Amino acid sequence: MSPPEQSSLRRILQASPRLAARRLWGGDERLPLAEIAGGSCLGGHLEQLAGRSVLLRTGDPLFAALALIELDGVARRIVLCPPDLADADLPLAAETAGIDAVVFDGALPPLRLTDALFVAMHLPPAPLTAAPRAELATEWVMFTSGTSGVPKMVIHGLRGLTGAIKPADPDDPPPVWGTFYDIRRYGGLQILLRALLGEGSMVLARPGEPVADLLARLGRHGVTHLTGTPSHWRRVLMSPAARLIAPKYIRLSGEIADQAVLDSLKGSFPGVPIGHAYASTEAGVGFEVNDGLEGFPAAFLERRGGEVEMRVMDGALQLRSARTASAYVGGGAGPLIGDDGFVDTGDMVERRGDRYHFVGRRNGVINVGGLKVHPEEIEAVINRHPAVRMSLVRGRRSPITGAIVVAEVVLNQPCDAEAAVKDEIIAACRRHLAPFKIPTSIRMAPALAMTAGGKLERAVA
Amino acid sequence: MTVRSLILEKFQSVAAAQSKPLAPLADETVLLESGLDSLCFAIIVATLEDDLGVDPFTTAEDVYFPVTFGDFVAFYDNALKADVAA
Repeated sequence: MSPPEQSSLRRILQASPRLAARRLWGGDERLPLAEIAGGSCLGGHLEQLAGRSVLLRTGDPLFAALALIELDGVARRIVLCPPDLADADLPLAAETAGIDAVVFDGALPPLRLTDALFVAMHLPPAPLTAAPRAELATEWVMFTSGTSGVPKMVIHGLRGLTGAIKPADPDDPPPVWGTFYDIRRYGGLQILLRALLGEGSMVLARPGEPVADLLARLGRHGVTHLTGTPSHWRRVLMSPAARLIAPKYIRLSGEIADQAVLDSLKGSFPGVPIGHAYASTEAGVGFEVNDGLEGFPAAFLERRGGEVEMRVMDGALQLRSARTASAYVGGGAGPLIGDDGFVDTGDMVERRGDRYHFVGRRNGVINVGGLKVHPEEIEAVINRHPAVRMSLVRGRRSPITGAIVVAEVVLNQPCDAEAAVKDEIIAACRRHLAPFKIPTSIRMAPALAMTAGGKLERAVA
Repeated sequence: MTVRSLILEKFQSVAAAQSKPLAPLADETVLLESGLDSLCFAIIVATLEDDLGVDPFTTAEDVYFPVTFGDFVAFYDNALKADVAA
């Protein structure tokens, strides 16, 4: 069911033959999709949002899902704020994206915008008397992490976002999707769209929900298709609540899936198909591997004429695909796609026999449980300490979160109070950085290796 | 120092460093209900690898992840025995 160019999410839902049986479950809410398809949570402001560039800032992912369904085809642009986007980054993001409306749940976002429309969302949905106009090819804008710590925004469209989704088989029982991702990030959004376009229902996590509680709810609602990063799945494998779910399909993405996690899942969920997928916010969904082995077959590089072409240049994976984001918002972040249409993913691969294996990211970018960490951002915080000459932040492999952040620090001069300096550095990191970015260990080093060009030597993380 | 007491000490020090309230640890304590998050476990596993020279999560033949604190201690005990035997 590949949607025609101008079909909106609401229209796709309204055309669903099984709509009456479909649900969206939030933390405490059970919403029939029929009510969502025929109603509005925007307090009567849907018409006023037509053609606007909307900043979607919600605390609860359920409201984000509802707003996406309502605004697709209606708004000119939807900027989907991830949960960890700082309030301090909102003004620049709003200015860059030409925001003239803000849709939110709960408290009013701390953002001063003259002439902008602020719309609070409410449940339950109020029935719509007239079908709203929904003829725009809405731009879906998602955040990706930037080197300087200021997130970049990439533009997608519904067609590209849903390009990898295969039509639902009418003979299959209706799927119930669940994800450990937040749906305001690329990996989670893919799952929401799979549920909405694939005749499914979906269980959404509530903010900060413990994994055992989410597993219990997933089990209660009969989840059939469940997805998360390898780190999410390792947490599931460590939970006694894992026995509450009986999925029919397990999917991993967002991080390197190693053989240990694939084998553990196979042991805990015997007979269940397990796939790992490669996708990035910029390049879209690349490919899926379903043979239970880590890495991907080298033969994937030979595939021509399909929806996605792959190649390896200087050890990095490059993709050419119609699912790639079309551009960065504001344009200033450099060309997203090369002249020949390939996107450089920055993911480094190595060929072993007839398979390629992921070995890390170029430029030392560290992937902690699916969240990207740019070492420069952390080094900048460390280097502000008056006793520090320079620092190097890198990833250390972790069987729990894929990687953790560690730092090496060179002091201006030998110092008797190294322990105190370490404590002060950690305290400064706590003040300025998200918890997953704070170095888990700091080693004092006499010097750091430099490249011939005078830059810090960064190994592939 | 036994492996168990070393692991106990790591749980306590990481919980303190990460400002997480740590539940009293008994063999049957479920790891995910101990008050620690994934990042805490990642740090514990890394520092135990530094101290003991083994990372059973990467090397174990056993494909099951530990669920309780008792499982976790046994996971390391078994890995150390296998390490000595090898």
